Amino acid sequence: MTYVVKPKFHHPELPKNKLGYTHRDYEGAVSTLCAGCGHDSITASIIEACFELSIEPHRVAKISGIGCSSKTPTYFLGNSHGFNSVHGRMPSVLTGANLANRDLIYLGVSGDGDSASIGFGQFAHCLRRGVNMVYIVENNGVYGLTKGQFSATADRGSKSKRGVVNSDSAIDMVGIALQIGASFVARSFSGDKKQLTPLIKAAIEHQGAAFIDVISPCVAFNNHAGSTKSFDYVREHNEAVNFLDFMTGRPPIHVDYAPGTVERVEQHDGTVLTLRKLDAEYDVHDRLAAMSFLHHHADLGQIVTGLLYVERDAEDLHGHLNTVEAPLNALSEKDLCPGAAVLDKINASLR
Amino acid sequence: MKPTDISAPDYFHKVVDCQWACPAHTPVPEYIRLIAAGRYSDAYMINWESNVFPGILGRTCDRPCEPACRRGRVEAEPVAICRLKRVAADFKDDIRARLPKPAARKNGKRIALVGGGPASLAVARDLAPMGYECIVFDQDPQVGGMMRTQIPKFRLPESVLDEECQYILDLGIAFVGGKRIDSMKALLKENFDACFVGCGAPRGRDLDIPGRKEAAKNIHIGIDWLSSVSFGHIDKIGKRVVVLGGGNTAMDCCRSSRRLGGEDVTVVVRSGFEEMKASPWEKEDAMHEDIPIFNFLVPKEFTHDNGRLTGVLFEKVKAEYDAKGRRKLVPTGEPDRHFPCDDVLVAVGQENAFPWIERDCGIAFDKWDMPKVDPKTMASTHPKVFFGGDAAFGPKNIIWAVAHGHDAAISIDRLCRGEDIAVRPPPQINVASQKMGIHEWSYDNEIAPDKRYRVPHRDKVLSLRDIKSEVELGYDIELALKEAERCLNCDVQTVFTGQLCIECDACVDICPMDCITFTQNGDEAELRTRLQAPAQNVTQDLYVANDLKTGRVMVKDEDVCLHCGLCAERCPTGAWDMQKYLIDMTLAEQACQLKA
Repeated sequence: MTYVVKPKFHHPELPKNKLGYTHRDYEGAVSTLCAGCGHDSITASIIEACFELSIEPHRVAKISGIGCSSKTPTYFLGNSHGFNSVHGRMPSVLTGANLANRDLIYLGVSGDGDSASIGFGQFAHCLRRGVNMVYIVENNGVYGLTKGQFSATADRGSKSKRGVVNSDSAIDMVGIALQIGASFVARSFSGDKKQLTPLIKAAIEHQGAAFIDVISPCVAFNNHAGSTKSFDYVREHNEAVNFLDFMTGRPPIHVDYAPGTVERVEQHDGTVLTLRKLDAEYDVHDRLAAMSFLHHHADLGQIVTGLLYVERDAEDLHGHLNTVEAPLNALSEKDLCPGAAVLDKINASLR
Repeated sequence: MKPTDISAPDYFHKVVDCQWACPAHTPVPEYIRLIAAGRYSDAYMINWESNVFPGILGRTCDRPCEPACRRGRVEAEPVAICRLKRVAADFKDDIRARLPKPAARKNGKRIALVGGGPASLAVARDLAPMGYECIVFDQDPQVGGMMRTQIPKFRLPESVLDEECQYILDLGIAFVGGKRIDSMKALLKENFDACFVGCGAPRGRDLDIPGRKEAAKNIHIGIDWLSSVSFGHIDKIGKRVVVLGGGNTAMDCCRSSRRLGGEDVTVVVRSGFEEMKASPWEKEDAMHEDIPIFNFLVPKEFTHDNGRLTGVLFEKVKAEYDAKGRRKLVPTGEPDRHFPCDDVLVAVGQENAFPWIERDCGIAFDKWDMPKVDPKTMASTHPKVFFGGDAAFGPKNIIWAVAHGHDAAISIDRLCRGEDIAVRPPPQINVASQKMGIHEWSYDNEIAPDKRYRVPHRDKVLSLRDIKSEVELGYDIELALKEAERCLNCDVQTVFTGQLCIECDACVDICPMDCITFTQNGDEAELRTRLQAPAQNVTQDLYVANDLKTGRVMVKDEDVCLHCGLCAERCPTGAWDMQKYLIDMTLAEQACQLKA
């Protein structure tokens, strides 16, 4: 925990986005997480993504549950809407908010405890329904707030800080998301913002349920030898399938990966994702192949990262339900109660 | 880029911009922290050791530190370093017990110092406690040199000057006032072990244009006039005064005139207002006293009525630049302008003059008739003669004179010990982590957003009434504390240890100024373009460190770092630490025994 207020001064040459904001304008309060927490890097990536997309902060709703990860919305987008919900219930609250006002950008922030244990059902159903959102799981494999017990995403055979070996098998949230119908599935690593930030941007632009599993080392309880979610382990076993160039407004400055073949992926709304393919064989539109690739590499002890799957013609919950274009919360009483004549007509159609 | 060698004394010294820019390298942030802590005497002693005249410089310094101050690059204006120095002098206790004592035993070496100004006094201050017998000669009856004769009392009260000169005389220095040295040869014959020439640049430049001779009675050379005012020989001037020249002497002349009966005082300069040599704050103070400054006017003629001055005629010019960017003043063709006046003060520069140094006494002079002086050792071509202050390289200011004095004292001491004067003692460096606890630092790392505080001035009507009444009142303790809090503690350095780093990015994310980047190495020019924020200020170093597991390097742009320590606070492994680098320039050995 840091007590001094982060100074308001910023670099005089800091770039500004289309709205005239610097990335500093997208910050929230100073983090109260442990120094070095991977979650803070994800926070920085979200800030960068929103800055680069020139998103107006008041158009974002950030919703979370309980846990270290769920504290993080306080640390970014200080001028956005926020809801810190009950443990594991972020998806329901987010779904409700989204149904009421489809015009906002929904950022669901959760952790492995929140989404893979107490909220596992919520996680599944929310993706299954195709709620238009970005669902970020800040995945560190431990219960940090209760001093480092294994969570449901901890790999079998990995060791706790005290040397206990995990005997339970792990839930692979990316595998579940692919199986259950998420239309945008990605995995990244908090220690690699060059990969993570473009993925968050693409997920925000994606119209449908976008899920990103971000491995985020817990420096206090899960960053030791024997952990499979430590900085060193993830760096060594990272199998990136592609690198996303999602540059709007800002020229690409630097690419960390060797260039491979480039694929342009057109989104439903017309935006284009440029994929630098690191694995030439990998097809981001093939859900089945993606699942098999994932499991195959998991068996080899590798952590597959990158944009793993994106549906060509994704549709969201509002599409499924055929709701009106206007947000429901903006409809007037006249729209909602069209009168006895219309009711009669509806009743007649049901006879 | 090669990893930065942070053990090289200059590397972190350069990060302390103010100290690096100061000719005497005064440890500025250290004394500002002491002021904030209310330890005025301690702050004063740090200054006294380094720049000899804290009370005087705190009022009159040309402040090379302030344009260098990092605060000026982060926010609008630098910390008021100079006026904080004055705070230390104003609020200190009686510090006489803390000063060095006169040497108990003389070492038998005799040093002659020509001129009683800041350069000579600095040399004497450094040498006397070591046992040297220092004899200061000056043409004026009192010690102080130009600090006494040319700086008006309303900027520098006599009491402050007397106090700080006395501290030096109390070290057992002989001052021979009213004695003009007329011959270097004769001086050398007196078998001094070394001679130091600190006689300043005593000759005011004249203006040889028509009417100069005829109207001579009311045309005065600026520095001579100031000197006469200082000693009370002159106490009035005409109602209408024209001051020619754009330097600080001109500002002192016009402001003094306002206090001696000048009602309609005007400054006229050849060049543009912006290019004037006077410090911006001196121009401001002059204009505040209802003194207009007219620019681009070249004096053509002193007009007179049978020898009685009636005014000055000027030709209107404009600046034109040739292909090489050199400026030329060319007439605009507009009609000449006439400024009617009763008195003219000529302050168009001053020159060195060494009529008393015989050109065959072993001291070589260059083509500009200036002595050849080594800028490091201050030695002339005569093995026993050293120069310093304005006498060495032409008019500069007090802080340079002090710096020259320190260097000359080291040389004289080494000469007398029979050592090579070209060998210079390295600075003393003291490094200490400032970590007191997990989030506790021994310095105040919270950054105050305050803008620069103005120094209160005495009411204009009151200050114009008496030439001895000081205009600036100085900060009070409350304002001083607020201004001191603006200092960014640039001497508390960010020190990085690659082996400890786990590359979690916590420092990158928290840094308010986007100073830190982890990336692939490259050459400097290219690296500067792909940092977290562009590093376009090439005068500021990049701190590069390796030993990272991923093979990348940590690159920190020193330019706008606030030294807030957040990188170190958010670092989980202690790879970042905040360490205070105190860099003290070594003075002539054992010059003062304060360093223990």
